[in-house]
Amino acid sequence: MIARKLAGQQHSLALLVVAGLLGLAALIVVLHLALPADSAFYISSYAVALIGKYLCFALLALAVDLVWGYVGILSLGHGAFFALGGYAMGMYLMRQIGTRGVYGDPILPDFMVFLNWKELPWYWFGFDQFWFAFIMIMAAPGLLAFVFGYLAFRSRVTGVYLSIITQAMTFALLLAFFRNDMGFGGNNGLTDFKDLLGFSLAEDATRAGLLFASAVVLALGFIACWAIAHSRLGKVLVAIRDAESRTRFIGYRVEQYKVLIFTLSAIMAGVAGALYVPQVSIINPSEFAPTNSIEAVVWVAVGGRGTLFGAILGGILVNFGKTLLTNALPELWLFALGGLFIVVTLFMPKGLVGTAPAALAWVKGRLHRAKPGPARPSEAGE
Amino acid sequence: MRLLASLLFAVGLILAAAPARAEITADAAAKLASGDYDKIIVGIELVANSGDPRAIAIIQALSDGKLLAGRGDTLTIEESDGTLSDAVTGAALDAKPAEAKAIRLNNKVRRSLAAMLGRLNLIDADPARRRAAAEAVFKSRDKDSLAAIDAALAKEQDSGVRLSLAAAHAAIILTDSTTGDADKVAAVAVIAERGGQDAKGLLASLSDLSPQVQAAVTDAIGIIDTNLLAWSAVQAVYYGISLGSVLLLAAIGLAITFGVMGVINMAHGEMVMLGAYTTFVVQEVIRQNIPGLFDYSLIFAVPLAFLVAGAVGMAIERTMIRFLYGRPLETLLMTFGLSLMLQQAIRTLFGASNREVGNPSWMSGSFDLGGLSLTYSRLYIILFAIAVFVALMLVLKRTALGLQMRAVTQNRRMAASMGIRTNWVDSFTFGIGSGVAGIAGVALSQIDNVSPNLGQGYIIDSFMVVVFGGVGNLWGTLVGALSLGIVNKLLEPFAGAVLGKIIVLVVLVLFIQRRPRGLFPIKGRFVDS
Amino acid sequence: MTIIDDPAAAPKPVLYLSGVTVSFDGFKALNDLSLLIAPGEMRAVIGPNGAGKTTMMDVITGKTRPDQGEVFFNGDVDLTKLDEASIASLGIGRKFQKPTVFESHTVWDNLLLSLAGPRGPFRVLFARETAAERARIEEILATTKLEASRDRLGAELSHGQKQWLEIGMLLAQEPALLLVDEPVAGMTDAETEQTAALLRDINRTRSVVVVEHDMTFVRALDVKVTVLHEGSVLAEGPLDQVSANERVIEVYLGR
Repeated sequence: MIARKLAGQQHSLALLVVAGLLGLAALIVVLHLALPADSAFYISSYAVALIGKYLCFALLALAVDLVWGYVGILSLGHGAFFALGGYAMGMYLMRQIGTRGVYGDPILPDFMVFLNWKELPWYWFGFDQFWFAFIMIMAAPGLLAFVFGYLAFRSRVTGVYLSIITQAMTFALLLAFFRNDMGFGGNNGLTDFKDLLGFSLAEDATRAGLLFASAVVLALGFIACWAIAHSRLGKVLVAIRDAESRTRFIGYRVEQYKVLIFTLSAIMAGVAGALYVPQVSIINPSEFAPTNSIEAVVWVAVGGRGTLFGAILGGILVNFGKTLLTNALPELWLFALGGLFIVVTLFMPKGLVGTAPAALAWVKGRLHRAKPGPARPSEAGE
Repeated sequence: MRLLASLLFAVGLILAAAPARAEITADAAAKLASGDYDKIIVGIELVANSGDPRAIAIIQALSDGKLLAGRGDTLTIEESDGTLSDAVTGAALDAKPAEAKAIRLNNKVRRSLAAMLGRLNLIDADPARRRAAAEAVFKSRDKDSLAAIDAALAKEQDSGVRLSLAAAHAAIILTDSTTGDADKVAAVAVIAERGGQDAKGLLASLSDLSPQVQAAVTDAIGIIDTNLLAWSAVQAVYYGISLGSVLLLAAIGLAITFGVMGVINMAHGEMVMLGAYTTFVVQEVIRQNIPGLFDYSLIFAVPLAFLVAGAVGMAIERTMIRFLYGRPLETLLMTFGLSLMLQQAIRTLFGASNREVGNPSWMSGSFDLGGLSLTYSRLYIILFAIAVFVALMLVLKRTALGLQMRAVTQNRRMAASMGIRTNWVDSFTFGIGSGVAGIAGVALSQIDNVSPNLGQGYIIDSFMVVVFGGVGNLWGTLVGALSLGIVNKLLEPFAGAVLGKIIVLVVLVLFIQRRPRGLFPIKGRFVDS
Repeated sequence: MTIIDDPAAAPKPVLYLSGVTVSFDGFKALNDLSLLIAPGEMRAVIGPNGAGKTTMMDVITGKTRPDQGEVFFNGDVDLTKLDEASIASLGIGRKFQKPTVFESHTVWDNLLLSLAGPRGPFRVLFARETAAERARIEEILATTKLEASRDRLGAELSHGQKQWLEIGMLLAQEPALLLVDEPVAGMTDAETEQTAALLRDINRTRSVVVVEHDMTFVRALDVKVTVLHEGSVLAEGPLDQVSANERVIEVYLGR
């Protein structure tokens, strides 16, 4: 059957994405570590850190795409989940500093000593252990998303209302994390990290390792999303996106699906944040800024919502463009970003990946007009 | 009655002064002109006690460094614009007398001057000055002023001034170690009646009191605290209404575009910002060309801001938003992109830093109401918000455009089939919504920093107001804005500004989940589709 | 309106509405509405716009909660306490006035998702298409004459095909009761006739409530008719009897 054959093709496409991702990451690592700095193919530490950052953003974009592209939930608060995961990682990294801090306190991070705190707040307990931080990286954003999603989706808050309250959520967190007495370093956030699992963050090898780890996690995230999207669950999600009440009237508890995917997506965003923090060496409240969350949405829009590869592509391309432009013409960046929003929504609602096949098909159609084609294959077939 | 009383009072003053042949003697003038500080102090007392109506002008001039002494002990007042007059007679002079020089003062003289001025002001014709003089004595607790206070108290008719005078009297009594306990207890009661932070500070600073007085002081502090708390609650409500009216101004345009068109305009905050920058430009133009009109700058800025923001809004609607009707999420993203571009455009044109927008003189200053000091700028913004609200209500209820807008809000397709040109209505609605945002910008320019980020600070709050109040209902927006403002300000003293705001946001998010359609929803079947 | 002589002797009604009132801002969309559908019955509900037909469907399917009144399914299941998904799982299928199918899914997937079966997210995640499911989908495709369109997207179907696909999705749920809102709106005469035949066919195994404006179609169904007006039942009985009713002629049919 056609559907079966298409499924096979899609499998190989997904494999290609995963292999491409891991291959490229491995290549970058090798070029960075094995080549002398004066070689034409050498990749600098600066570039490695940048690419590692892009991969984290791509994972965040993937998370946004899962809820927006597949379930139609436009979350303007995914930056909050990203930042929460980042803070969880940051707390672990802070506790690893130990006596190497400016004040040399074996337990308390520098900012607490500075604020004259006498003991560690209870919510910092356990963060000296990586396994605990690892759990919290997923639990903190996951729990917030679960509670928030449960309340919102149960009350059937949808569309722009949901977008607005997710934005309010990240805004409230932004204000909260700015406060010194929250115990997360206030305005300055967490920084001056020394090492991760015993590897010094200043080492080239560690940075290369982080890049590769980001690529692996991104590949895993892609595989997980791909599996969901191509299961019957994925079909239910698209059904919810296209006709929510129809889905409900054939017996699906829409809110369960939304809460599940929202939570899963928040966990992915949290992991992305956790990988991001050691690579940029700082996490501060500005990560909660509502603008960050909306920017993540535009990555997905540019790449193509509802196409997982598009989200990854958008996340990397837009941020690459941002790096180029902010270095060359910083005052133009906001014009470019704003323009991107407008162009994509008005002229390219399907994004790069969604528009490219149509353009290709149009070209092919012109070339093969003479030959009668087979029955129109389905785009979303099994 | 009052007129008669003040007439009698004036006559009494003249009669009281007449037998002493109120005039400034040559001796007093000579002492002032002597150059010897001790003699000057004696001279000041002579002048002050002379009862001459010119006395206060002379002492004020001396205190301001405007009194010149010349050869032959002539005294001349030189105003800062250079006009000269004879200090004793008040007659205008054409030229300075020979060797006229400003009389030099030292700190001791200045203290004496301040005390004398205080006493003289106690019997000034203007009640506000009398009151200020009494308050000054209340703060200085200068024992030498006691007689003057008591004399003034005996004559004083104005109840407000009487209270201040009595409090000043009590303050002197209390701080004087020689007065008896009974007098002190009575004084404590007077101070408690006066109330306020100063009174509490005075009572708290007393030491070495007898148990009887101490008990009275403790009670009095309790009473003052209760009153202070009540006034601070009133103050919080007033600030809340003030914040609420700012929120109302910022949100009401959004309520119109969201309510009528279902369009989420993330660039709404930038329309507010455009209004604020319009004010800045208007003021710059006036400053450079016709500075005399500066006090009227806001009157020019309001219609201009409406036109500028409204025109930008209509242009956005015509060229972009109309292609996205029925796709609210895309509209949200696109308008966010627009907001980024508008911010950057303003940053490029005017720079990233705050621009200076001045308050007209009629907006600066404050007035007292009970235990409150209220600024005029806040009061005018409240009045302005009410005016804008009423005007919008009238447009919606009384004009053809308003009727069509309401029709489109309730049922777009039906309105279209009734022959209403819905896309024309859409354009004007968007124009009005944006224009009102521009007007809000004029008001905000008076109380907030005018920077490219101005709008960002209000957009989330504005959405909260609209969603809380219920879409498509201006009364809901009014109630939403005022209640959010008041709750915010009531929480502030307990939770702090930031935590208060967080609490409000969290409560709102929970509220929206309980009542997704806000406080005043439009009910019905058609709303779901 | 409806009186059961001996409740114990009669079979349990598949649907029982008694004294149902729903108001929106003081406007009574339903006013003391009572209705009883026997098992295996097909009922046509007619009435002018605003008579409360769609609101009645909303109440039965759990979308709108009544202010007053009772709604029971199969005699003892209180529908006013359940949500849409539970009511759907109980065996009440609903077709909307505006045909609503999953536009970015194929006809096949539309039916696959509607098949009676697991509804929980985790069971759905690991669900695999079984031979039995395929057989049932083929059956429904045949019933709704959509065999040739199985791989086409919902969005590509004609209006009439969407209506039929939606009916097919209802069938896939294996409901005991189908609520069908204006199934022939916008259909050609031939399609209308076929739809009537399809509904009669469905009615052999299931109870059906049809809301419709098209009197030709109602006549073709040849079933008991309930006329709604201002939220309550105006008349009930065979079409000929109802259309002779003075009040019905006045408010709905016209002279």
